Amino acid sequence: MNKLIKLTKYRLFLPITCLLLVLLINVIKTPTFFNITINNGVLYGYIIDVINRGSELVVFAVGMTIVVAASAGTDISVGAVSALAGAVCCYVLSGGEQSTDFYHAPYIVGVLAAILTGMVCGAWNGFLVAKLKIQPMVATLILFTAGRGMAQLITDGQMIYLRVEHFKMLGASIPGVPLPTPVFVAIIVVIITMLLLKKTALGLYIESVGVNAKAARLLGLNSTMIQFLTYTFCGIMSGIAGLIITSRVYSIDANNAGLNLELDAILAVALGGNSLGGGKFSLIGSVIGAYTIQALTTTLYAMSISADQIPVYKAIVVVIIVTLQSPEFARMRKNITAKFSNKQNMKEAA
Amino acid sequence: MDNSVVLTMRNINKNFPGVTALADVDFTLRFGEIHALMGENGAGKSTLIKVLTGVEEFETGEIRMQGIEHPIVNKSPQMAQEIGISTVYQEVNLCPNLSVAENLYVGREPKKAGIIDWKTMNKKSRKILEKLNINIDVTRSLDHYSIAIQQMIAIARAVDMSARVLILDEPTSSLDEHEVEKLFDLMRQLKKNGVGIIFVTHYLEQVYEVCDRITVLRNGALVGEYEVEMLPRVQLVAKMMGKDFDDLAAIKKEDSSVQKDKKGVIIEAKDLGHTGTIKPFDLLLHRGKVVGLTGLLGSGRSELARVIYGADKADHGELHVKGNKLLVGAPIDAMKAGMGYLPENRKEEGIIADLSVRENIILALQAKRGMFKLLGKKEQEDFAEKYIDLLQIKTSGTSIPVKQLSGGNQQKVILARWLLTEPEFLILDEPTRGIDIGTKTEIQKLVLKLAGRGMSVMFISSEIEEMIRTCSRMIVLRDGKKIGELEENELSQSGIMKAIAGGTENE
Ligand SMILES: Nc1ncnc2c1ncn2[C@@H]1O[C@H](COP(=O)(O)OP(=O)(O)OP(=O)(O)O)[C@@H](O)[C@H]1O
Ligand SMILES: [Mg+2]
Repeated sequence: MNKLIKLTKYRLFLPITCLLLVLLINVIKTPTFFNITINNGVLYGYIIDVINRGSELVVFAVGMTIVVAASAGTDISVGAVSALAGAVCCYVLSGGEQSTDFYHAPYIVGVLAAILTGMVCGAWNGFLVAKLKIQPMVATLILFTAGRGMAQLITDGQMIYLRVEHFKMLGASIPGVPLPTPVFVAIIVVIITMLLLKKTALGLYIESVGVNAKAARLLGLNSTMIQFLTYTFCGIMSGIAGLIITSRVYSIDANNAGLNLELDAILAVALGGNSLGGGKFSLIGSVIGAYTIQALTTTLYAMSISADQIPVYKAIVVVIIVTLQSPEFARMRKNITAKFSNKQNMKEAA
Repeated sequence: MDNSVVLTMRNINKNFPGVTALADVDFTLRFGEIHALMGENGAGKSTLIKVLTGVEEFETGEIRMQGIEHPIVNKSPQMAQEIGISTVYQEVNLCPNLSVAENLYVGREPKKAGIIDWKTMNKKSRKILEKLNINIDVTRSLDHYSIAIQQMIAIARAVDMSARVLILDEPTSSLDEHEVEKLFDLMRQLKKNGVGIIFVTHYLEQVYEVCDRITVLRNGALVGEYEVEMLPRVQLVAKMMGKDFDDLAAIKKEDSSVQKDKKGVIIEAKDLGHTGTIKPFDLLLHRGKVVGLTGLLGSGRSELARVIYGADKADHGELHVKGNKLLVGAPIDAMKAGMGYLPENRKEEGIIADLSVRENIILALQAKRGMFKLLGKKEQEDFAEKYIDLLQIKTSGTSIPVKQLSGGNQQKVILARWLLTEPEFLILDEPTRGIDIGTKTEIQKLVLKLAGRGMSVMFISSEIEEMIRTCSRMIVLRDGKKIGELEENELSQSGIMKAIAGGTENE
């Protein structure tokens, strides 16, 4: 048991270091970074903002982690699917009107519709990848391009506004609760997923299929089904993320909702120390990765760098972090420590 | 350096976390000799080869080669190749989705005006393979062919590069006698041309057939270097194991009381077949019996087993298990009906390389139990410990990735996986592949013991000796077709050879 704890610690060592590094830069650049103020019983501050804004990314990253682990491929449609799910939700709740200040259907129906949409999209991706054995990138490219178009069709190419206080709560906060709601959504999603992976054999199955699908099949696992399920699950995650995104702006903008988030989600998985080649994975690693990216984005905003330049800076930081985690770099590090310890041994022997 | 010596390794040390793989090992290879490198599973044979060829780095020691002034340190197999060391590693590492010809020439494709000259490449490939008596379509992708053919291709590739040193790490582990002979002819020819050959094998007869010298390793340390004539078999075994052991002692076939009547039948195949691999066949398998499958390479031995287990889905005929018709859509259906299947290709179909030894052992049982009945940590640990003990798996812990074990120990892990599921019918396709002689005998005994307790075993081995020791009946195959059966009294080396070559057709 002790050994196991040591091992996870070791595996998460780099992701955590990266997160701390980004936070450190934050504190230097923005001394007020960790300041938290209370306003109307709600907490405010940069750090709260990071945790809040990072929630969608965490939800996306959870789905992405599992897809990567089981199929050694990425689902690039998650951003578009979240937009589609958001559009379906808004359409259901607004009864097709462009702007409304009351629900046309019970809220829960809207929520379920969004999740169902995500699930169906995920199942479609899963079908293409697991059953038809299409390259994941190519398979999910279909919804990546078509998803937003379908969302446009539903919203008739317009924005749909839901000016209902209740609708905003998911993306903002519930009166009397000091933390923003998305934070809780993210936590619940992570906990449920963890339970699902660790309390059942699902985690083990996913890793087995990801490492060697042929061998996994021969020892009795249904590799196709497991891959299919991971994509479906990832779709559900996109649906949930879509709900948060639409609630934040109490509207759906099919063109921009969740835009480019698939890339951040993939990055979060990689930053979490997970191999994009599938197999063994760490969910917590991806969660840390997601917050790292969000912290970075927030820093850049705080440094008042304009939105269109942000990707450049992000790219630079990402290059550095990914290099730090590369196997070649790990080998170099190992060699250096080995040399060091050898010298020590020799000294001791002398 | 003595002129007759091509390569020396002195005081080589190599450690892995928790394991001393090599401790002060010396090794000397001369021109024109075939030098066997022997030792139990995990003794350090492959590691010695890997540090020599730059797959792994060594910590201290010196490697020298004739004609090179300074000590050499290879950083990669390519570098080793450049100074004339050609290697066939234990795990065939070719590209399954490239064509045979591409695999033979990858990295050194013949070119015409800067672009790959496919015609020449295919022609040359056919020629090399012909030398080894392999007549296959070189433009098809490698994964169309069996592991034995793949092994031959890996050998052909290494042999084709004009080398001074040729290293073969268990090249014969899935070859039949026939191919082994071809390989030996080739080795003898290279030897005549002055090539120094390092040959790793667990088959003692092969050592005495082709080798000049033997270096023995035990637990990462050098035991000694011997001339073959000076080291009789019994002594060699003693040196490898560190104790006396008679690997040829007769093992008792426990005669189970189960009769060969309808009641004892566990598997019945009626006209079962899979288009393209095995023609429809009838088969009866009984409780408490070990039945062997024999035939030449490509005769359909493995394929027959695969179609019963559902590794290849049957598209013809019926399968009855214990009298009930069973539709096998996927291996899990066969498992639930009490079957187990140890595949021949350990790397591609056996191990889950990145997962731990423990996970690899419990996975099949876990799959059988289903997703929601997760085995507890303690239970998993106990199961793993039990089989590590039973099969003497050499590992520094249950939680280390299985890919870090030596080849033979990986094989034991997969065997453990299936024994743990306690199947009623177990298919073992080359179960002792790469396993050292001591453990091999233990496994043969174990198989007979399990049969004695009522298990039905289907045994496939390219080693006829092993089959005779364990099987009470044999099924003979040729060209993807079952052509006959041999009863207990017909089981002799010559009888089997005659049957597989086409002497008897008792249908
Ligand atoms: N990458 C690795 N990481 C950790 N330990 C390793 C690694 N490779 C080999 N070992 C260990 O080094 C020891 C020697 O292994 P090696 O593969 O050289 O054995 P071998 O003599 O070739 O055995 P076999 O006959 O089974 O092939 C074993 O205990 C093995 O577990
Ligand atoms: Mg080896």
